[in-house]
Formats: sequence, C-alpha cells, structure tokens
Amino acid sequence: MDFFVLSVLKALVVAGALMTSLAYLQWVERKVIAHIQLRLGPYRVGPHGLLQPLADVIKLATKEGIVPSHVNKPFYLLAPFLAVSLALTSIAVIPFGPEIEAFGVRTYMQLTDINIGVLFLLAISSLSVYAVTFAGWASNNKYSLLGGLRAAAQMISYELPLAIALAGPLLIAGSLSLREIVEAQQGVTLGILPRWMIFQPPAPQIFGFVIFLIAAFAETNRVPFDLPEAENELVAGFHTEYSSLKFASFFMAEYANMITMTAITTTLFLGGWLPLFPAEYGSNFVPSILFALLAAAALYHGLHPARRKDRFSLPVVALLLAAAAALFLIPIVQTFLLPLFWFLAKAGALMFLFIWVRGTMPRFRYDQLMSFAWKFMFPAAAVNLFASALLVALFAR
Amino acid sequence: MDVPLFLIFAAIAVACGVNVVVQRHPITSAISLIGVMGSLAALYLLLGGEFIAAVQVVVYAGAIMVLFVFVIMLLNAGAEGRSGRSWPVRLLGIPFLVLLLGLLSFVVQAYAPKTDRVVFGAFTSGGPRDIGKLLFTEYLLPFELTSVLILIAIAGAVVLARKEID
Amino acid sequence: MEGAPLSWYLILSAILFALGVAGFLFRRNIITVFMCIELMLNAVNLSFIAFSHKLNQVDGHIYAFFVMVVAAAEAAVGLAIILTVFKNRASLAIDDVSSMKY
Repeated sequence: MDFFVLSVLKALVVAGALMTSLAYLQWVERKVIAHIQLRLGPYRVGPHGLLQPLADVIKLATKEGIVPSHVNKPFYLLAPFLAVSLALTSIAVIPFGPEIEAFGVRTYMQLTDINIGVLFLLAISSLSVYAVTFAGWASNNKYSLLGGLRAAAQMISYELPLAIALAGPLLIAGSLSLREIVEAQQGVTLGILPRWMIFQPPAPQIFGFVIFLIAAFAETNRVPFDLPEAENELVAGFHTEYSSLKFASFFMAEYANMITMTAITTTLFLGGWLPLFPAEYGSNFVPSILFALLAAAALYHGLHPARRKDRFSLPVVALLLAAAAALFLIPIVQTFLLPLFWFLAKAGALMFLFIWVRGTMPRFRYDQLMSFAWKFMFPAAAVNLFASALLVALFAR
Repeated sequence: MDVPLFLIFAAIAVACGVNVVVQRHPITSAISLIGVMGSLAALYLLLGGEFIAAVQVVVYAGAIMVLFVFVIMLLNAGAEGRSGRSWPVRLLGIPFLVLLLGLLSFVVQAYAPKTDRVVFGAFTSGGPRDIGKLLFTEYLLPFELTSVLILIAIAGAVVLARKEID
Repeated sequence: MEGAPLSWYLILSAILFALGVAGFLFRRNIITVFMCIELMLNAVNLSFIAFSHKLNQVDGHIYAFFVMVVAAAEAAVGLAIILTVFKNRASLAIDDVSSMKY
C-alpha cells in the first residue's frame, strides 16, 4: 500500500511538472525563434508574454471541435489520443535523480526502474508512428495522406540508426536499466573530463551521440526533418483536418516527444543527473553561484533602469533569484534539488539546440532525407557500434 | 492478481483476433492485429519473458505492422467485396471451427497436468542477459543463418519493388 | 489462487491459431490473408513462451525470437510481392491472382 501511495504521488508530481513544462516549452520556443529572427515574440499576455501558454490553452479548449464529414471517424479520433498518450508514457522510466530520503521514506527519483528500460523506450517510440499515419489516412485528404506516408517511412528509417547508436552506451554500461546506465557514468576520466558516455574510455560515444541526436530530430518530426507537416507543400501535413483540442493534442505530443528525446539523450550520453565535475571540486555550489550572478545582474539593471517600471520589477526578480540561490545551499534540499538541477540543465541545453536548429536550418528534400538515412546514418551508426564493441571487448574489464 | 490479468488480456486478444478475421476493411484488421500483439506482449510479461515482450512490441507492432499499414495506405485498399460463395459453405464454417476448438481445448485440458500453474515471478531468466548468452553460444549458428536470411529478404524485397527501367 | 493454469495459455494459443486459419481461408484480400498468417505465428509464439515457463528453460524464448525474425523477413518480401501483384493486376482480391501468368 505504501508503494502504491508513493507511486501515485510520484506520478502526480511528474505529470504536473511535465504538463507545465509542455506549455512553457512552446513559449520558450516562440521567444527563442523570435529573437533569432530579431522579433520580440509573444509580449502582450502577461509580462514578456508569460501568460501566453494559458491563453493558448483557453483558446484551443473553447474552440469548436470540428469533425469533417468525409473522415473515417474512429481512426480520426483515435490518432490524437494515441499521439499524446504514447508521448507521455515514456517519461515513466526516465531517472531524474538518485535514491533520496524524505520524511523517512527512501525512494528513487524515477517513476519506475525496469530492467528493460531502454527497450521500453524503443517500443514506445516505435508505436508512435501509428498516431501520425492514422491521422494522415483517416483525414481522407490527399495532403494528409502524403504527410502520413512520409512520416511512416521517415520514422521507420530513422529508428534504425537511433537504435544502433543507442547500443553503444548499453555496451559500456552492460545494462538496459536507465538508472544503472547513469550510475555507470560516475567519476572522472583523463583527470578532468566527466566519465559520461560521450567521454568514457575505452569507447567515447561522441559519434554515437551525434547520430542519436540527428535521428532524434527525425523521430520527433522537427526541422530539418519536418517533412510530414511541410507547410509549403502539404498545407499542414497529417494534422491539416484537425482543430481545437485534437490539434492541441498533436501539438502537445510533439513537445512531449522533444522532452522525452532530450531526457533520453541526457540519460544515455550526458550522464543524466550527475554533475559536471565531482562534489570535491565544489560542484554543489554551481547552481547557487549561477543564481546569485543572475540576481546581481537583475539588481544592477533594477538600479539603473531603462524603463520606469523596471525599477520595481527587476529588484523583485533579483530577490526571487537570490532566494533560489539560498535554497540550493540548504543541505537537505540539496540532496534532491542538485541532481534535478544538473538533469534539467543538460536537458534544457539540448532543448535549446532543438529550437536553435529550427531557427537556423532549411528543410530537407524528401529523397535527400531517405538517402541520408540509409546511405550515411545507418552505415555510420553500424561502424560506430562495431568500433565501440571492439574497443570494449579489447580494453574494458 | 495473475488470473484476472490473464483473463483481461486473453479476452482482449480473442476479441481483437475475432475482429481481425471478421472485419472487411484491411486497416481495421491491421489495428486489431496490433491489439492482439499488444495483449500477447502483456501475457509474455506475465510469463516472465521481459525481453521477448519488448521485442514483440518493437518488431511486430512497431515494424512489421507499420509496414502493413503503410502498404494498405499506399495501395489505398478498400473494403473487400462479397465473395460469391454459396450459403451452406458460409453456414458450416463457423460451427466446424467451434467444434474443432472445443475438441482442442478438451484435449489440452485433459492431458495438461492440473498442477501446472503460471505464477508471475516463478520464471526469472527471460531477461536480455540470459537470452543474449544463449543466443551467442548455443544458438550461434541459427542466429548467423537468420542474419543471412534477412539479407536475402532485403535483396529480394529491393529486387521485387524496384522501378522498372525500360 | 496462485495463477492461471498452463492449459489456459495453451487454449488461448489454440483459439488464436484457429482464428488465423479461419481468416486465412475466409478472407479474400491478400493483405488480410497475410495478416492472418502473422496471427498464427503469434499464437505459436505464445505456446513457446508458455512451455518455456513450464520447463523453466529459456530455449522457448529463443524460438519465439527466431519466429519473429523470420516473420520480419517474410513481411518484407511478402509485401514487396503484394506491391508487384497490385502493380500488374490493379487488384488486391486473391481470386484475381489465381493464374501464374496471363
């Protein structure tokens, strides 16, 4: 019973945090893209458009849900449901931190640790093809169908390099459990580098990391691989016929997939919740120093305001940041906040990369996409796996 | 907890299996088959086969069935027409099927020992490590042969599906 | 009450296999017929895994694994054949492909 209560509690916390970050990820993306293109982005709803996600949710929820008369209704309604539920499922095996003790209960900062965790993630991601294909087919619209077909072919093709690149870290860690993979990355190598999978001797997975990241872009249908929804050739691809909350589900699924992919990448290649350098060198103080510097900057600008209202708002922000800095110094809070900080910092950096690439890269042509997958990614991933296996067999253990 | 779980997933599997057979439209059959595969994966978990359950979803539901769905959509396959078979044939088929199944179940029930029960957790060597060990030692030759088979299948598929260059 | 009897698993497997056979015989669409073959293979896999549990040996899992590999190869070639048939006869009805050659 204790286990049950604890699991429900953890699931609630994770689901709540995930939903909030989904909404705000969209705000972050719009802001970053806007600044890349020298615009301001959302600015009207709340300070710096901070309430924009809320406004969007209200707008989408209150719109009339139109089901076109020519669609195959069961499949049409199944597709968005499938998309969002599959996208949210995979977060269950991601470890956010080590074993912690709070209020006399010892628990892992992970919903569930299964011994085939990586296979579970692969299984879920291989099923998410159906959402897009069914959406495309059921819409009974030639643009949607083309989008759906493209998505099916693309996601199957890129799943191969993804899975093969993912095998490298598994070889080194010797486990499929995500928690054990993170624990295998503890320590320092070459005196200075963290023993993350991308640096870990004898087989640094730098190439595997790059291949995995490229395949992850394709799996999440992001620019430069967003051909299933290429708006200048396919209207909006597979979700052309969707509106209101059904459209919002696809939107949510895309961002949830992005979050899962960055979380998997962080866990497998970047050491998950492990700090950049060990605690002996003072990594425990990094978040405090970071927040304190931010607080100082905010305070400085508050004292030399560019606009009149900054004189009041920026010191308040500085106060909040200083409070965050102080929070990271409390020893009990440190045990579970520090791993979370490092995990989110790495995942956030990868997320920024996703958005950055969207703001920078043009879209691939379809034949380029396919030949890139089969003629470059797949052989490169295979060679990487072969070389890592050889190195591990020769030098490890 | 084992028996209800078995009954739930067995019911789903049978319902989806019947749906595969009776549906006229191939895509409905395909999604029912995915349902069968999913519930079978859950049953494999009950039987202690963690690795095989994951592979069932990754390979069967995630790759093979996607190919099926892809082809159905590509060819825009519609519902199949009525076959011109006479009504006695249609009427006799189902009773015979039920009869055959009843006979089979009776034989299995009669000869399988009553004491054999599937207890979750009794079989623990279904993880990836055990299967990998066996696959690369005792079953190495069949394993290599299947890789050759796959290679032949790829070559065959490419040859069959390539565009005719006239 | 400690778990379902082994025979239940075997009967389920038999039911699924029989459904596969029935579909293979009844259906007239090549793709559906092909899917019924997959259903039969799945049913057999369930028996393999159930017996593996009873005998406490992993070998059944290996057989099931090989069945899956062969099914994947079969699907690739079979669907390529279906595509070719459709290209030549513009039909998916299995009655239309009764002759080897026009």
